Amino acid sequence: MNQTSTGAVGRPAGPIGSAEPVLQAVGLVKRYGNVTALGGADLELYPGEILAVIGDNGAGKSSLIKALSGAIVPDAGEILVEGRPVRLPTPIAAREAGIETVHQSLAVSPSLDIATNLFLGRELRRPGVLGSVFRMLDRSRMRSEAARHLSELGIKTIQNPNQAVETLSGGQRQAVAVARAAAFGNRVVIMDEPTAALGVRESRAVLDLILRVRDSGLPVILISHNMPHVFEVADRVHVQRLGRRVATLDPSGCSMSDAVAVMTGALDPAELPAGALAPAYS
Amino acid sequence: MTTSNTPRVPASGPEPPPAAPADDERPPTLVDRAQKLLHAQATLGPAAVLLITVVAFAVVAPNFLSPPNISLILQQTAVIGTLALGQTLIILTMGIDLSVGSIMVLCSIVMGRLSADAGVPGPVALLVGLACGMACGLVNGLLVTRVKLPPFIVTLGSLNIFFALNLWISRSETIRGADMSEVLLWTGQVVTVGGTRLTYGSLLMLLICAVLAYALHRTRWGRHVYATGDDKEAARLAGVRVDRVLLSVYVVAGLVYAVGAWILIGRIASASPQAGVMDNLDSITAVVLGGTSLFGGRGLIIGTVMGALIVGVCRNGLSLAGVDVLWQNFAVGVLVILAVSLDQWIRKARR
Repeated sequence: MNQTSTGAVGRPAGPIGSAEPVLQAVGLVKRYGNVTALGGADLELYPGEILAVIGDNGAGKSSLIKALSGAIVPDAGEILVEGRPVRLPTPIAAREAGIETVHQSLAVSPSLDIATNLFLGRELRRPGVLGSVFRMLDRSRMRSEAARHLSELGIKTIQNPNQAVETLSGGQRQAVAVARAAAFGNRVVIMDEPTAALGVRESRAVLDLILRVRDSGLPVILISHNMPHVFEVADRVHVQRLGRRVATLDPSGCSMSDAVAVMTGALDPAELPAGALAPAYS
Repeated sequence: MTTSNTPRVPASGPEPPPAAPADDERPPTLVDRAQKLLHAQATLGPAAVLLITVVAFAVVAPNFLSPPNISLILQQTAVIGTLALGQTLIILTMGIDLSVGSIMVLCSIVMGRLSADAGVPGPVALLVGLACGMACGLVNGLLVTRVKLPPFIVTLGSLNIFFALNLWISRSETIRGADMSEVLLWTGQVVTVGGTRLTYGSLLMLLICAVLAYALHRTRWGRHVYATGDDKEAARLAGVRVDRVLLSVYVVAGLVYAVGAWILIGRIASASPQAGVMDNLDSITAVVLGGTSLFGGRGLIIGTVMGALIVGVCRNGLSLAGVDVLWQNFAVGVLVILAVSLDQWIRKARR
């Protein structure tokens, strides 16, 4: 495989030095009653990288991702897109800011077809009077564009964009959700546990898909429990613990067991060997 | 469910080669195929049931297929069918509307009283009646989307509220058609289409059906109605404004019920505070028989018209055959339970 996925050599130069983060979270706080899901969480995503977010259950991964994708509103803190503060009160607002999310639940409608799912919420209308007065959808154009987006991502197992999503396998559904995010995301794609429900072969296909999205120029935030997957594709690894970021690791400079140790609190990030921390965060 | 109709032959011949993929070890039986087909073609079931009932009654009751009787069935179906069209929208979003009959009666009384007693011009009375239906739908919709109450509870409450308002406005008196404007009675007028005498009311129902079918399948709004009913949270995350969609569905359904009120006035040539009390459940029956799933996101508006016709054909055919009304209700009840069981079973054919 020719992809420059893990090694430091071919990694995009983005994360280091002067590049401005595409997406940045500063001091996000979210409380549910007495439970603090986020206690001042930070995050930076740089152009052209895959940033993995790892953390134990209850570390605030989901809350962090939901805040970035507009699914919840943090109680405090700031989210910046290309340096500008934004408010993301709804998933639609996040989409308008260029942030597309592939939720763990996939957020696809099983009884609707692939093309309709791909364009859900941003349907295309027919040109002219049919579209403006009669509000008629341009189904043929949505179908052909859906087919194009799927083939651009190298998804070859899906032939017919008229197929209902419920007729697809788990991996194919994941591919539809990723294709939707990649087709419309113009700044960031967030993927929440994309391989959690998949078998070995399907996981492989989705990991390749993630790399292709990154290579097409879209930075990716990848939330995953699966350390081998994280270490295979991530350029940097954000470790979330007890509602905040404890470290950002360089996967080429540390081992999986180091990462797990930091994640569970068994190891202080300061005790990590030189080169284990990613350069952008120290 | 898996009553395989291909019994296993004792292994006498050569053993079949080991099945290649693990997930396909059993060849699809006829029942499996029927299940898949009914899942893919939602209108097939209702169409078949309608055909069977029509043929059965044509044999049992000789007058059944006579043009006057067909015309009667269509008139009888127009009111229930219209209510069922509005009900379909709500059931597609995984809701249920128990207040259909009450909204319709209230609207017919508002139209009738304005025209007969307040001396308001017919078209204005009609428009106010239609607006009344939308307002009732708005109340239901706001309770569902803002107060977040389950549709069953909301419409159970509003059923009683709207019915009480109806009795209050009508003073429990029927308003005679002779006192009303011609405009309100127009839906009862007869046109002859291809030898069959139809009322404008029946044609109006078909028009609403066509408009709703277009809106549901060819517009963004319709796709969002299906997406919301299919998986509300998924639709929300995908960028559908689900509360707005739900609210609009209740308002549009209210408008459709109000048109039903107009058709009702033409049909019974009066506005009665007691008319249409049984129509709540018959409209749900028609929707369910039409193949729309009570679990949301699945169903077709054409199916609802077929479902309403099935109810109409059964009631009419049984009474032509001299069967007591109580057994008509019995038969419709059995049909509903069968239809919902079938729906449950079809939904298992997801993969």
